[in-house]
Amino acid sequence: MTPPRSAFGLAASVRSGAESAGDVLDGYLAAIDAGDGEIHAFNLVTREAAGEAAAAVDRKVASGEDPGLLAGVPVALKDNMCTRGVPTTCSSRILDGWCPPYDATVVTRLREAGAVIIGKTNMDEFAMGSSTENSAFGTTRNPHDPSRVPGGSSGGSAAAVAAGFAPVALGSDTGGSIRQPAALCGVVGMKPTYGTVSRYGLVAFASSLDQIGPFATTVTDAALVFEVIGGHDPADSTSLDRPAPRLLSVLEEGIDGMTVGVVTELLDGVDADVAARTRQAAEACAAAGARVEEISVPEVRLGLSAYYLIAPAEASSNLARYDGVRFGLRVDAEDANAMNTATRSAGFGAEVKRRIMLGTYALSAGYKDAYYDQALRVRTRIIEGFERAYRRCDVLLGPTAPSTAFSIGAKFNDPMSMYLSDVCTIPSNLAGHPAISIPFGTGDDGLPVGVQLLAPALAENILLRAAAVIEAAPPEVGSRQ
Amino acid sequence: MAGAPRLTRDDVAHVASLARLHLTDEELDLFTGQLAQVLDHAADVAQLDLAGVPLTAHAMAVTNVLRPDTPAPTLDREEVLAQAPSVEDHRFRVPRILGEAP
Amino acid sequence: MSDGWVLVIGLEVHCELRTTTKLFCGCPNEFGDEPNTNVCPVCLGLPGSLPVLNQMAVELAMAIGTALNCEIRPSTFHRKNDFYPDQAKDYQITQYDEPINVNGWLELPDGFRVGIERAHMEEDTGKTTHIGATGRIHGADYSLVDYNRSGVPLVEIVSAPDMRTSAQARAYVTELRSILVATGASDGKMEEGSMRVDANVSVRRSEAEPFGTRCEIKNLNSVRSVGRAIDYEAERQIALIEAGEAVVQQTRHWDEDAGKTQALRSKEDAYDYRYFLEPDLVPLVPDAAWTGAVADALGMMPAARRVRLTELLEEAGQLTDSRLEQVTTVVDLGLDDLVVGAIAAGVPAALTLARTANEAAADPEAARSLDPAPYVTLLTMEAAGTLSATQSKVVLSELLANRGGDPAVIARAKGFEAMSDNSLSVTVAEAVEANPDEWARYCAGEEKLAQVFIGQVMKATRGQANGKAVVAELQRLRG
Repeated sequence: MTPPRSAFGLAASVRSGAESAGDVLDGYLAAIDAGDGEIHAFNLVTREAAGEAAAAVDRKVASGEDPGLLAGVPVALKDNMCTRGVPTTCSSRILDGWCPPYDATVVTRLREAGAVIIGKTNMDEFAMGSSTENSAFGTTRNPHDPSRVPGGSSGGSAAAVAAGFAPVALGSDTGGSIRQPAALCGVVGMKPTYGTVSRYGLVAFASSLDQIGPFATTVTDAALVFEVIGGHDPADSTSLDRPAPRLLSVLEEGIDGMTVGVVTELLDGVDADVAARTRQAAEACAAAGARVEEISVPEVRLGLSAYYLIAPAEASSNLARYDGVRFGLRVDAEDANAMNTATRSAGFGAEVKRRIMLGTYALSAGYKDAYYDQALRVRTRIIEGFERAYRRCDVLLGPTAPSTAFSIGAKFNDPMSMYLSDVCTIPSNLAGHPAISIPFGTGDDGLPVGVQLLAPALAENILLRAAAVIEAAPPEVGSRQ
Repeated sequence: MAGAPRLTRDDVAHVASLARLHLTDEELDLFTGQLAQVLDHAADVAQLDLAGVPLTAHAMAVTNVLRPDTPAPTLDREEVLAQAPSVEDHRFRVPRILGEAP
Repeated sequence: MSDGWVLVIGLEVHCELRTTTKLFCGCPNEFGDEPNTNVCPVCLGLPGSLPVLNQMAVELAMAIGTALNCEIRPSTFHRKNDFYPDQAKDYQITQYDEPINVNGWLELPDGFRVGIERAHMEEDTGKTTHIGATGRIHGADYSLVDYNRSGVPLVEIVSAPDMRTSAQARAYVTELRSILVATGASDGKMEEGSMRVDANVSVRRSEAEPFGTRCEIKNLNSVRSVGRAIDYEAERQIALIEAGEAVVQQTRHWDEDAGKTQALRSKEDAYDYRYFLEPDLVPLVPDAAWTGAVADALGMMPAARRVRLTELLEEAGQLTDSRLEQVTTVVDLGLDDLVVGAIAAGVPAALTLARTANEAAADPEAARSLDPAPYVTLLTMEAAGTLSATQSKVVLSELLANRGGDPAVIARAKGFEAMSDNSLSVTVAEAVEANPDEWARYCAGEEKLAQVFIGQVMKATRGQANGKAVVAELQRLRG
């Protein structure tokens, strides 16, 4: 694997004129050409549009205009973010060939910052999955071991950054879909506070949980991308009316005097090697001057069940619009109802159908109170549990995923065991809190391990300071890296 | 759910019809088992006594998000219709509709 | 209504709000445009799009609530899930268990109060055209969808089942329409679909019995249809029960041409709409300052305006039952400001009211946009006898057609010149001579026979005489 270059350094180099955005782009396109045949991180490489964007950056540099914070930085986009005139598929047959007539807000912000969108990455269909095996266009492979999954649902974006196909990428995280693949691919992945990054133009899975965030090779790069894409957007009613975050300046401030809580329940049932790395990360925090303590947040145990009621319920409604009328696939039939049914039955994969049915059931007459409403009560309890923990701790620490990358096919036919891959990441989504996965050594199999930091709503500054500390103290690397 | 009957094949068939999905007999069997397993796992949640606990539907407590009543650009019709599976007379064509309007 | 039966009626009225843009996006809220031109990702339900609530729509909804004496409360939006081609997202965003307006009432002109259970916000659907021999949904070959109307803001006003006659239902719709127009929320054009009425109708033997099984009648596009459909439906239900059959709860369609209600095919997925809180929108929590500002900006409502006019007539000693009806008419049509202005300018109240309720009301749109000054001038000329009633009506119709003008100039152009007293007395004398029997009875005190002579004089002068002047001359002759 090519040694990664930081987006931060790359943008500085392009801005200074030391290298051209065009040359930078060519380097990454060459890496994709050489490696993506095996990895299949991308659904689409937007070669031509990327060339034009890079040329525009180079013209700005030449004319002395400010080319933006991400000048010339190639960015890979998960294929659930709308790009005008460029296919946006959610890795689903039902959207195959759909070209949105508009750009997502994050795409607009990336363009304005001089970023070069290099392609659309593979994912679990409609972001439902933890392995990227639920793609209608084939599985993405883990760059550390192509027989393993990259995690999911943003597996393509994680693999693209891990394989050096792009210095940074965007993913979406509904129950861990950025952090879990980041952990399995050995990169940094961050889920910001709900409402800090606009969802306008992000194809919805579960609206109250979805949040866009960055993949990067460094915490600094994650902060940089978050600064560019974050901030209030009047097109998203749930976007928080606050200025864009400013985090780069605080990264070096350390965590001396902070309290880091290692969450007992997040270590329940995770593999021993992953648990050991998590404890090592806690030691690194202690070495940096933080007080480290074990803390119990029993409510997080309920997260998985609540999540697998709330997210499918919202999804069952969000995915109703794929009806064969206005866009995407249509399978014709005698009448409108039969056409809807034929279209959806042919267009959705098995996992999407499972979740739609689960969610429809959880909302249906007679069951809504026992399932959906009850899950929303649990959500309240989880937020209360975190509130209690944050009275004692500044940040919380745990593993990101229960294991390192598993083999392709290992869990594909066992939905429940697949769902358990998200057990450590789901609580932050239910609470709307920020969390980040930082690569921290390897497991017994030599594959990357990610540790996860969690912080209260809008405490990204504290989250990233702690992340920078862990990043700066890596344990000895495993044999296969 | 406490004492709730286990999810049946008929339940799944009903839900599939509500969701406009057609399942083969094999899919019906497979999904019934898989969904029942997820719901069994969710029994921990369904069995809790949470009477009086408020529901959290939104992660962040925000209210009164409004936009001014000023026009914004509309989409180009040709661009919109170019994405449609079937168009006639600048409108979206659909097979005949059975049943009443919502 | 058949003897021995009591009717129970509740009405649901959908009102399209007169905003500039749609409820959740900035597309123009306009009809009649080319299909699918007023659309964007939001109202087309494209993947990734998100709704943002229109402030003006909220304020118009609060204005309606205030005018209907509702409590304005914190509210939320839900999704009502239902596959239908003209519903772009295959769910409707609507207010469900926490609507913005609850527990109000509307007072009919006769003083009867109809409870208002709620008045909530929701979005409209697109428009489907059924192509095929019938042009209707049944028997169509296929359908075409235009999303220009998708996402247009609606307020649905749900009455309590308080009405007992179709006349009350008609009065309710008429009064509600006036109120909606007065708030500025609606143009009140039922025939164009900006107000759509559904009626819930049931029958029972007496007020003491529980409610009967109700049917919901859709597609009521005029006040007249509301009355006809309710009467038809009540008779249908009574006939069923009297024949020993049961009324089945169902939705029925009013066929205006056939004068019948017909059962709609019910959907197989019997109404499991799976309502849940819309995660893409946040709660609406209006504070007292906001609701207060909306209430303060609200003009006078029809009931208060009727009282205002009635009092003016009373002061002038000109209040009669037929004039009360005229008061209702001018207020319904929004012409009462014209009347109040003319009375203030010194025109007799009864004359102003009559001209406005009878002649100006023929073209209410023109009358509403009429400049009050020439209207006052015209009525003053008529009151002074410079123009006869017939002449005055002709000039008024010119004023309305031209949206204004100088009444004196129009009168001259029409060749209307007031008759001299001399020529009038000759004509009156001729009329008396030609009708000796009537003259004798008039002299004996049958005052109403004055009409006979007025008619004769009008005929002879081709309408140019002033009726009051004729009466004065008759009284002079009688001595």
